Amino acid sequence: MAAVTDILIPASPEEAVSAYGDGAGVTVIGGGTIVMPDISAGRLKPAKTILLARAGMSAVTREGGRVTIGAATPLEALVDLPAPVGPCAANVGDCEIRGQATVGGNLCAGEGPGAPRGDLQGALIAVGAEVRSAGAGGETTEPLEDFLGKRRERLVLDVSFVEPAAGAFVALDRPHTHEYTTLAVSAALLADGSVRLAATGAGWWGVRLTSAEAAASDPEAAGQAALQDVTLHDDVLASAWYRGQALPVLVRRALAQLRGDA
Amino acid sequence: MNLTVNGVAQEIESPPLTTLLDVLREELGVNSPKVGCEQGGCGACTVLVDGEPRRSCLVPVAAVDGADIATVEGLGTPEDLAPIQAAFVHHYAAQCGFCTSGLLMAAKAYIDGGGTDDREAIAEALGGHVCRCTGYVKILDAVAAAARGDEFDISVTAEGQYTTMHSGGET
Repeated sequence: MAAVTDILIPASPEEAVSAYGDGAGVTVIGGGTIVMPDISAGRLKPAKTILLARAGMSAVTREGGRVTIGAATPLEALVDLPAPVGPCAANVGDCEIRGQATVGGNLCAGEGPGAPRGDLQGALIAVGAEVRSAGAGGETTEPLEDFLGKRRERLVLDVSFVEPAAGAFVALDRPHTHEYTTLAVSAALLADGSVRLAATGAGWWGVRLTSAEAAASDPEAAGQAALQDVTLHDDVLASAWYRGQALPVLVRRALAQLRGDA
Repeated sequence: MNLTVNGVAQEIESPPLTTLLDVLREELGVNSPKVGCEQGGCGACTVLVDGEPRRSCLVPVAAVDGADIATVEGLGTPEDLAPIQAAFVHHYAAQCGFCTSGLLMAAKAYIDGGGTDDREAIAEALGGHVCRCTGYVKILDAVAAAARGDEFDISVTAEGQYTTMHSGGET
């Protein structure tokens, strides 16, 4: 049985921001897929909880080439977006979990028991996504890479990015539909002709592969260069050694897929 | 808080962060959703929330205040099984039965949503459900048959042998 706790169910984004305040001691529940097992098992006893289910933060808008995704949008609403974001979302969980899990939760989830979470981080870094968030000091908008370091202190309002000219997403096969992403590489060709690359599963957070980007015209070199951009780790899904073998391959495949898509 | 469970309005007294699964089983005595992994990974607790399949172990009841909940108890009766239940009996898609409640509700949502007998599409729709007896082939057979709208003689299985339904549960 859940502990007695202060529950707030805001009916608008403004109410959610007000309820969140500076975020101290606040547990935010988007879809519940990550937080609820911790509460049910007694690992988490929140003093104050905000449910975003009715806060009106679950829309995806596409206007003038810009995609804006509300924090409480379920991942299933993203699967038809262009690569890399759409295919990345489709690679998370199963259709039922995707119908419940939210973008904000996926970005803000802490490390899981033994493996990184945050499947979408790599894809959204690759498209240069910006995160609009609230918390101490008021509302801010910043690149996702900068946001990740403070993701536990902020309430995500939405994530937005300019649709790339082309995109690609490649991932290691998951041993089971419910595994978190073992390793995945996302690529985006921007309107100015530049290529952005990012990885999920190569370290505990999503990481931009800047050395690989600099070598993007030579996929073989880019694959090797990507190893300079990451700090690989052992976890329950794969060893650092295996990830080191697979990362250059996925970078090459992502660049090949990007060329095919462009 | 209020829920409509299988068409019956219910007032809910459990604390707001109680899982929908615990509310159904402990407060309302609706026991078809099973307590499996309690972290969304097995599918045994799946119910329909406003027609959508959801893991009831991951849903805080306050998030679905006012929703329409459907479970196996609302599908059919032993005398008058719903088509998906008859399909499971005829195709022997239930062994130990622990995963069956979740699979029935997920399959119902799949078929109600216009799902066909395409096995890959069924596997995608049911991919979050684990059958510890590994009876997946017969589960896929049953859902495909129900999606086609087959008629089922539940006194015999698709293999031609009598079912336990025929003998009133006696083996």
